[in-house]
Amino acid sequence: MNKRDAILSDEVIEAKNVSKWYGAFRALTDINLTVRKGERIVICGPSGSGKSTLIRCVNRLEAHQDGEITVTGIRLHNKMRNVAEVRKSVGMVFQHFNLFPHMTVLMNCMAAPMWIKGVPEGEARKIALKFLERVRIPEQANKYPAQLSGGQQQRVAIARSLCMEPAVMLFDEPTSSLDPEMVAEVLETVTGLARDGMTMVCVTHEMGFARAVADRVIFMDRGEIVEEGTPHDFFRNPQHERTKLFLSQILSH
Amino acid sequence: MLMLYHDTVESEVLVHKPWFIGCIFAIVLAVFLIFNVAGTTMGELLRPVIGDHAQVKFYSRIAIAFVIAAMFCLNLVLIGFVPLKIQIGIVWFELVLLFLSLFAAFDLSMPFIWANLPFLITQGVVTTVYVSAMSLLFASAIAIIGAIAKLSSNGMAYAIVSFYTSCFRGLPLLMQVYLIYMGLPQVGYVINAVPAGVLALSLCSGAYMTEIFRSGIASIDRGQWEASRSLGFGFALTMRRIILPQALPVIIPPMGNTFISMLKDSSLVSVLGVWELTYLAHSLGQPTFHTMEMLVTAAMIYWILSACLELVQSRIEDHFARSKKR
Ligand SMILES: Nc1ncnc2c1ncn2[C@@H]1O[C@H](COP(=O)(O)OP(=O)(O)OP(=O)(O)O)[C@@H](O)[C@H]1O
Ligand SMILES: [Mg+2]
Repeated sequence: MNKRDAILSDEVIEAKNVSKWYGAFRALTDINLTVRKGERIVICGPSGSGKSTLIRCVNRLEAHQDGEITVTGIRLHNKMRNVAEVRKSVGMVFQHFNLFPHMTVLMNCMAAPMWIKGVPEGEARKIALKFLERVRIPEQANKYPAQLSGGQQQRVAIARSLCMEPAVMLFDEPTSSLDPEMVAEVLETVTGLARDGMTMVCVTHEMGFARAVADRVIFMDRGEIVEEGTPHDFFRNPQHERTKLFLSQILSH
Repeated sequence: MLMLYHDTVESEVLVHKPWFIGCIFAIVLAVFLIFNVAGTTMGELLRPVIGDHAQVKFYSRIAIAFVIAAMFCLNLVLIGFVPLKIQIGIVWFELVLLFLSLFAAFDLSMPFIWANLPFLITQGVVTTVYVSAMSLLFASAIAIIGAIAKLSSNGMAYAIVSFYTSCFRGLPLLMQVYLIYMGLPQVGYVINAVPAGVLALSLCSGAYMTEIFRSGIASIDRGQWEASRSLGFGFALTMRRIILPQALPVIIPPMGNTFISMLKDSSLVSVLGVWELTYLAHSLGQPTFHTMEMLVTAAMIYWILSACLELVQSRIEDHFARSKKR
């Protein structure tokens, strides 16, 4: 098992009483969540429970209507001019990879450092290759995304986010659209990142991964955080009926 | 060249199947039996086939139909043996030859054409190309702004642009040309013929192209926006580097259409007295009763210009197809 005893301080994400509505439908209800530097959070819950909505509010792909979200010390609100500032320090990995199909793998990774941070091309290439090495596909650098397998594409997507050297990484079901044999290689990559101390919030149904990596597991249902705890407590000793039901369903597969 | 999905299963060439050739032969034979071509140019070309039996109407008809059908099928079978590129070349050549032989029947005065061609090109073609190119430029600029406005959540921008596209797609181009040339002076702004023409053409094709750009941009998966924005790219950067490059392959074929029809629609500017191709062809041919010569020449020039645009379009399509290859 990895070390979990690093001194946890520095709140990277802080959400206080956050609520969000899609029209009349309430997708998030009074969410309170604090993620400290180096923490690894896994969010699980049934489909439609608001997991994606929550992490998309963190980098303001969605706007919340009530409560406060603070990310790396910047408060997110409607009139903000520095969304880009927040997004620079928050990496996001999507279920469907969302690589840029008209660019090579290398260019996918070089784009953000070059165009956002103004890193010179040579240096951006070095950064990109470094992180492609880290996800173990440097040899695919000059291919186009369509030429890669799903697992490889997702690893490129992870490398692309890492190139911005974010303070926190958000994963929205990174393995849900992959074939079983590719799930392992992506989870291995994410686990590697966790070992190296990357702060992360990961929405996933991979309970083995949650057990091995998470500092805290959060269970959501109908837009609420129902239960949260260490993986040990969460899996051995769930408190709420809804959690028990969910776990029995997901672990029976 | 882009093709439909190409199956790797080898199959016999269609034109080498006897039943297919038989069918084609029967169809061509039937067509030429129904339509009597004995009296036309084609019939004249085939006079040796009819020979001495010219008086016997029925016999000549059968003979002509039979010879044409046989030649057509022979052509078909022979072309089936050569590689694709050469097939395309041969068929193009044959069709052009047929087309030109049609004009031979018009009995055109070639010296008159040669005498007027230089002026037609230096004045007419230059003006036509100038008007079209300017309009093309302005229309593209209008289109991209219009498309973004139409996709925005800004009610006023949407209203203005949808009114604009509705209006300029709804009015006949000829009316637009007149309205701009004669309407603007009414409100106190006198406009010359060429700018008026360019303005009308830009506004009209800009309206069509707005819709093309809008649908192209809308066809890009929203995941691309999300990925780009979550990396910290701003709206303009996302548009320029992520969305438009992916939308272009979708946009280019209908854009080619619009450009080609704009090139030909530029002939409507002739009503303002602009010395472009159509106006010159008309005014050079009319007084000397060589209307047909000038019309045919102008038509050919339009065709050549359009073909150039087609060529450019297919080059660009090839360029984008290359990055899609696996
Ligand atoms: N753009 C939207 N407009 C309206 N309702 C939405 C929108 N996006 C999500 N919802 C609703 O909000 C709720 C939460 O959605 P969300 O995508 O966050 O669920 P999830 O927990 O990520 O589910 P899944 O496991 O299926 O991804 C769902 O009921 C969904 O129908
Ligand atoms: Mg989701």
